[in-house]
Amino acid sequence: MATQRDFTQLEKARAATQATRRNESATRPPVDVFENSDGIRLIADMPGVSKEHLRLQAEGNTLTIEGDLQFEVTDRMEPLHAEVRSTLYRCSFVLSSELDTSQIEAILKDGVLAVRIPKRAAFRPRRIEVQSG
Amino acid sequence: MFEGLWGYEHPLAGQIRRLEDELDAVFGRGASLTGTRNIRSLPAGGFPAVNIASTPEALLVYLFAPGLDTKAFDISMQQNLLSISGTRDIPVDETATYYRRERFSGEFRRTISLPDDADPERVEAKYLNGILTIRIGRRESTRPRQIEVR
Repeated sequence: MATQRDFTQLEKARAATQATRRNESATRPPVDVFENSDGIRLIADMPGVSKEHLRLQAEGNTLTIEGDLQFEVTDRMEPLHAEVRSTLYRCSFVLSSELDTSQIEAILKDGVLAVRIPKRAAFRPRRIEVQSG
Repeated sequence: MFEGLWGYEHPLAGQIRRLEDELDAVFGRGASLTGTRNIRSLPAGGFPAVNIASTPEALLVYLFAPGLDTKAFDISMQQNLLSISGTRDIPVDETATYYRRERFSGEFRRTISLPDDADPERVEAKYLNGILTIRIGRRESTRPRQIEVR
């Protein structure tokens, strides 16, 4: 009988295989990443992705973003020129412990994904009052 | 000083990126399906990326230009040359520390030479989820016609 631990490892291995298979054709979207005192912001260009086809997952300390590119396809369509080949966007980032993965917010508009990853309250800079005495 | 620590990159990172660029050159952006590049194509990673498809009735041009407004595009067509230009300004947060800035910012222009039967009188454009789709009608006369054998 397999133990819980074996199952977890099996699940992980299966997930990894799937990820590798999907990774073959995935495009890494261009991103801007910046930080201010509240947290980190990540902006990704993912044209052709609608809310229904976007997946954001924070597992452990890894944030994974995936999106399916969809564009109008009609009958008897022949490609003449293609700079975009892949219909899957994928990128992942390792987050550090001061970031609060349970409070991640994401907005998708016109193919631009904006993610806000706040810092845990204890890690936000506090102003220290200097008292004259 | 601490920015340097955050921005630390493994010495191999540059080589990996170069390899990625090479892969791009072979399989991805900037290359056409036949492997021969169009004279007006942009280098790998150019903005916006363009896909072109044809149907018996129309030519479809897709521009992958996210984060813009319909009004941001200036589309013109002369003979069979389609030009799309515009500006995408990405505001910079002066108070923030940047680790990556890969998204395109600034003016862009793409000129696409379409097959000769493209009809400049019948051009329609729409913008959805960051893709600008331009549909250009094809002239009737060049469409394949069924010839009846009597």
